Amino acid sequence: MLHIYCPHCGEYREEEEFHAAGQAHLARPLDPEACSDKEWGEFLFFRKNPRGLHHELWVHSAGCRKFFNVTRDTQTYEIKEVYKIGEKPSVVAE
Amino acid sequence: MQHYSGFGLFKHSLSHHENWQRAWRNPTPKKKYDVIIVGGGGHGLATAYYLAKQFGVTNVAVIEKGYLGGGNTARNTTIVRSNYLWDEAAHLYEHAMKLWEGLSQDLNYNVMFSQRGVLNLGHTLQDMRDIERRVNANRLNGIDGEVLDAKQVQELVPHMDCSENARYPIMGSSWQPRAGVARHDAVAWGFARGADMHGVDLIQQTEVTDLIIEDGTITGVKTNRYGEIKADRVGCVVAGNSGVMAKKAGFELPLESHPLQALVSEPIKPILDTVVMSNHVHGYVSQSDKGDLVIGAGIDGYNGYGQRGSYPTIEHTVQAIVEMFPIFSRVRMNRQWGGIVDTCPDACPIISETPVKNLFFNCGWGTGGFKATPGSGNVFAASLAKGEMHELAKPFSMFRFHNGALIDEHGAAGVAH
Amino acid sequence: MTQKNRLQSGGRIDRSKSLTFTYNGKSYQGFQGDTLASAMLANGIDVIGRSFKYSRPRGIVAAGAEEPNAVMQLGATEATQVPNVRATQQELFNGLVSASTNGWPNVDTDLMGVVGKIGGKMMPPGFYYKTFMFPQSLWHTYEGVIRKAAGLGRSPLENDPDEYDTINQHCDVMIVGAGPAGLAAAQTAARAGARVIIADEQAEFGGSLLSSKELLDGKPATEWVNTVVEELAGYKDVMMLPRSTVNGYHDHNFLTIHQRCTDHIADKAPAGQVRQRMHRVRAKWVVLATGAHERPLVFSNNDVPGCMVAGAVSTYINRYGVVPGNDLVLMTTNDYGYQTALDWDDAGRKVVAIVDTRANPGGARVEAARKRGLNVITGSAVIEVQGSKRVSGVSVAPISADGKQVTGSVTKLSADTVASSGGWSPVIHLSCHTGSRPVWNDEIVGFLPGPTVQKQLTAGGINGKYDTAAALAEGLEAGQKAVSEIGLAASEVALPAAESVEEGAPMSLFHIPHLKSTSAAPKQFVDYQNDVTAAGIELACREGYESIEHVKRYTAMGFGTDQGKLGNINGMAIAANVLNQTIPDTGTTIFRPNYTPITFGAIAGRNCGELFDPERYTAMHKWHVEHGAKFEDVGQWKRPWYFPKAGESMQDALNRECKATRESVGILDASTLGKIDIQGKDAREFLGRVYTNAWAKLAVGKCRYGLMCGEDGMVFDDGVTSCLGENHFLMTTTSGGAARVLEWLELYHQTEWPEMEVYFNTVTDHWATMTISGPNSRKLLAELTDCDLANENFGFMDWKQTTVAGVPARVFRISFTGELSYEINVQANYGLHVWEKLFEHGEKYNLTPYGTESMHVLRAEKGFIIAGQDTDGSVHPYDLGMGWAVSQNKPFSFIGKRGMAREDCVRENRKQLVGLKTTDPKAVIPEGAQGVFDPKAPIPMPMVGHVTSSYWSENLGHSVAMGFVKGGLDRMGEKVYYPLADGTVIEAEICSPIFLDPKGERQNV
Repeated sequence: MLHIYCPHCGEYREEEEFHAAGQAHLARPLDPEACSDKEWGEFLFFRKNPRGLHHELWVHSAGCRKFFNVTRDTQTYEIKEVYKIGEKPSVVAE
Repeated sequence: MQHYSGFGLFKHSLSHHENWQRAWRNPTPKKKYDVIIVGGGGHGLATAYYLAKQFGVTNVAVIEKGYLGGGNTARNTTIVRSNYLWDEAAHLYEHAMKLWEGLSQDLNYNVMFSQRGVLNLGHTLQDMRDIERRVNANRLNGIDGEVLDAKQVQELVPHMDCSENARYPIMGSSWQPRAGVARHDAVAWGFARGADMHGVDLIQQTEVTDLIIEDGTITGVKTNRYGEIKADRVGCVVAGNSGVMAKKAGFELPLESHPLQALVSEPIKPILDTVVMSNHVHGYVSQSDKGDLVIGAGIDGYNGYGQRGSYPTIEHTVQAIVEMFPIFSRVRMNRQWGGIVDTCPDACPIISETPVKNLFFNCGWGTGGFKATPGSGNVFAASLAKGEMHELAKPFSMFRFHNGALIDEHGAAGVAH
Repeated sequence: MTQKNRLQSGGRIDRSKSLTFTYNGKSYQGFQGDTLASAMLANGIDVIGRSFKYSRPRGIVAAGAEEPNAVMQLGATEATQVPNVRATQQELFNGLVSASTNGWPNVDTDLMGVVGKIGGKMMPPGFYYKTFMFPQSLWHTYEGVIRKAAGLGRSPLENDPDEYDTINQHCDVMIVGAGPAGLAAAQTAARAGARVIIADEQAEFGGSLLSSKELLDGKPATEWVNTVVEELAGYKDVMMLPRSTVNGYHDHNFLTIHQRCTDHIADKAPAGQVRQRMHRVRAKWVVLATGAHERPLVFSNNDVPGCMVAGAVSTYINRYGVVPGNDLVLMTTNDYGYQTALDWDDAGRKVVAIVDTRANPGGARVEAARKRGLNVITGSAVIEVQGSKRVSGVSVAPISADGKQVTGSVTKLSADTVASSGGWSPVIHLSCHTGSRPVWNDEIVGFLPGPTVQKQLTAGGINGKYDTAAALAEGLEAGQKAVSEIGLAASEVALPAAESVEEGAPMSLFHIPHLKSTSAAPKQFVDYQNDVTAAGIELACREGYESIEHVKRYTAMGFGTDQGKLGNINGMAIAANVLNQTIPDTGTTIFRPNYTPITFGAIAGRNCGELFDPERYTAMHKWHVEHGAKFEDVGQWKRPWYFPKAGESMQDALNRECKATRESVGILDASTLGKIDIQGKDAREFLGRVYTNAWAKLAVGKCRYGLMCGEDGMVFDDGVTSCLGENHFLMTTTSGGAARVLEWLELYHQTEWPEMEVYFNTVTDHWATMTISGPNSRKLLAELTDCDLANENFGFMDWKQTTVAGVPARVFRISFTGELSYEINVQANYGLHVWEKLFEHGEKYNLTPYGTESMHVLRAEKGFIIAGQDTDGSVHPYDLGMGWAVSQNKPFSFIGKRGMAREDCVRENRKQLVGLKTTDPKAVIPEGAQGVFDPKAPIPMPMVGHVTSSYWSENLGHSVAMGFVKGGLDRMGEKVYYPLADGTVIEAEICSPIFLDPKGERQNV
């Protein structure tokens, strides 16, 4: 079970309070109508899914309800960094 | 090639079993193949087998980074069924089911396919509507299935709590009598032996480190042990590593790889004759021929390649099992493990051409790949042999995620996503 | 009853406390402090079961968690049966009832054993893959026979009377194992002020020291143990957990401990106590001080009762005062094994011979044995054992220096016990659980913990440090390291002086050669529980199953309840030898949780039955129960489904409820609908982005229905949102979808549009919601409110703040039945009051409570959809015929707009939701029925869509249904057919889904 630091609550809490919400930094296209089906489909469904460092979105669903970003190794499950929405990671996946 | 039979066993017993031949060779790869299959799991081996046996393409190599059948083939809960909702999925899984039904004989290797039937329980009115919908679709598609009420369920599974007292009482179930379980390792080994027998080279402990792509066409693979190996066509069947392989080919897939856990109890005397699955309380269980209760857990929500998930997922699963079978409270959990499942947004696989010419992917089976093994291999082999997708595979193109023609099987997938 | 193998003195048992137990129906005596195994050995019980595949008699071989054979059925009553209890870990209690788990008709005269002897030759590993294939139809029969032999113990058939607990723990240092290393670590960490948990699977702390005669500071080692335990007990931040197995080590230093609270007292927990407890521990640092397991050697007939692991023999003598035989032959590859012969000799029984596989052993223990005049035979091995239910003798022969061949003639010795020691395997299981791969070490001839990302330290036997002085020193070091990492000052700990014993080099030997080839020699067992032999492993390798994982899976090695603790390394060594490679080249052995099996009940804890998932009740739940409601599970909610009166069938009740509502007034508890309070200056704009329809002009005091889609354009929720103020809205969602919708709103606000000023809060539980519906609803409400209810002042889709029955209320004039309706919302704790007041005044209008089922009927008569029933995640608003709820002209590209414009979403002939009117008005199409255009088409029939909602409408006198039909919106008036499972076909006409009051007049009166 992961132990996750919520940057909004300022505490480590158990994974059970959180909910993984997939790849982070997926910006919704500003002009969806300008997207081709392919581009829209890629925004909707296609993912980096790396083995190794992964920037991912989590929500403190049973806590403060805030979303935040986590950089985590998907092989070792180590959390390298936690940062708020809008912030840039300092540990960057390739 | 030696034939397996009861008589053979007797004959070999006279020589202390010292003269059994190898089940498959350990060849050094050639410089070039007609088809290279990356990934020696059940699906990859099945692909190789049918390529060689049914489609006459025998100049084939399967390249496996670990040992044959060592991925999800070795880690699943062995359930085989074909009661899928949508036509596209139902036809594909039923194609697999028909192959299962003669597989031991076809392979001359007993994969112990045991048609003990599968129950998919319903606990709410909406569950029951969905069950009716699915069973009706199955029936009109020629797939066996019935809707049972709670009393009929109780008759099939006398030790399950089918009372009104449960938190979510069982209202009924779908029942596919032809469904069941198979011996997972034997499936990989049987296909491996069969493929080898037809001339396929099985290259184990060899990792494909890169794909050689020239002008948008794949021409071969690079390996850690044997350098470059050329091929006219390459099929990637690397569950749990599909995204990583796709990246080498320069594209992304609509996949996320998640941990999926399973567990077994200690062996106990036979007490459960069918496979019981409950989507609503998130538990499914069968009993193996050795006596273990084989139990599938839910999928973990985060991406993970560690072949392990989180403990609360196990807890919830065990709670569900004790809720369904209170008498199992004193039975003990022996072992747990995890696989890596590549999940698609619509809970259906990808069997597809790719942006790279002559490179094909078979992936995204999520939690339900084992049951499709022969069918998946068969249609993928047909596609690789011809260079164009088999009819049953066409709806499962990765490009459906562009045009929106998804096949949403979350309801039938059997595991909470 | 005599305990023929019990010593007169010594051991940690209390001879003054005699305990009675039964085994296979016969009564025996043991003492307080015994395990079931030690008591059985004391009583001279040799055969404790039959083997799984060959049905060979088996005895106890070990003294702890690694025991493969002594797996018993326990329990005096049906409900308290416990399958597969390891006798070596079960403390004896008075009245314990045990039985062997295999053997027919019983373990001593087992008929299956005959089959095993004859058929054994035909049953090499994987034999079942090679046969039982023809004919296909008979596999089920063959399987039935195979299954009869399956399993060890049996499940109880009655429900468990006991309770189980779960507790969360946090600590600085979690120490696993309370042997010398663990205790030293605990003492060090505790003195530094750390919060410490120390757990050990045994009843007492002390680990290996409990079974040895070692001295610390010149006194018995257990005196030091007592001192440390006493000291630890004095720290308030130290938790000591005996009888507690750390069974799993998970990511981020999370561990699970299985504590057996009452298993040592009885098979049922005393009143008021829990039987077992799971501790879920989050530790800053973990010290693994788990020790090592001794490996037996693999030789012919090494499974005959009387063959034991050397260290276990010492344990039985020193700890339990039991000598498990009379005449011992010890075979060892190392010096340490000699200790068993010395202990046996001390106990006054005969050491027939010490057979050392090394040509020139020479350590201190070897000298001690020689000095006593014990018969030490060097450069030799026990190549075969004689006997069936007990060892009767052994064959000893000289072997080559590499241990691969027998080099001389055989000497037969008479003996009843063979102890063997092939060295030690560190207990690295926990370190593997988090994905760390163990590393082979030639020096210790075993695997050591590999690199890990966990905050994990290791000390003592797990590191291959087997002597007590080294274990103590490593424990201290680990303790200091942990406290310094945590930021505490180092503590002062003086370790006791341990005797140092000079040891000669061990020999790396696992498999003892025989005169015959492995396949022709009598069986040499590697994994006892699964009947895996050396010949079987060699066969697997010969057949090409070369990876150690293939070997394990082909032979089933390591898949037993002991998980190969004794056998795995031996098996790997045998495979490596056949494949002519090293052990590390052959593979590693990866352990998974659990270290030892734990009951499902303990894992499930209290979360069963009504606590399996919380039940949510509305404020009026009590009333519903009192009025005989039948309930439906909707999410976690218990919602009234219908309210049958005495003698009524469900259909009767529905007919009555529906008619009463349309004719006078009905009432529905709608409290479970999700309610989200939305505020902020950008709230309105936000609604416009998440709903498909327009919100810019919704005035204060007005309500509007909205559809919510995903980015793929597919409908996932719906509901009415009301404008409470210019910047204030109340959104309602489906009952099951509330949490998901809230998270969805938060997701978009926080990640996509953080610049928008908008706040969301769930208020579902704050309000009780009751909908009164029907022509008399206005009259009824008027009796309880001063609010002007006139249509012109309080129109359809308006809401007002007022009081109802004397309490503040929000009243919404919205309708899900198509009737004049008011949805009354009051603070939840007033809910029951208002509800009862409504009934007080409603009697004269025949106010009728209805549940979800009548709600479904009433809305279906009006063609209103229910998200989740009439949608399934694959339909967009146009598929539902609800294009009117999509505003394509909104400036912002709302969620779903682009998705529903994809190629597949705009193609012809999509499945569309339509009404279905059966040709036979009495026929009700079952929900879930699949439609076809040609009912005579052969299977597989082309299906055109399924029925989503279908009911008998008492009000209309015919059935009403909705369903999907391919291109259905353009096929009005055409027929569609529903072939049912019973062979009948229901014919229906495609029509508008609005069956009643198509103009919507009734709700506007």
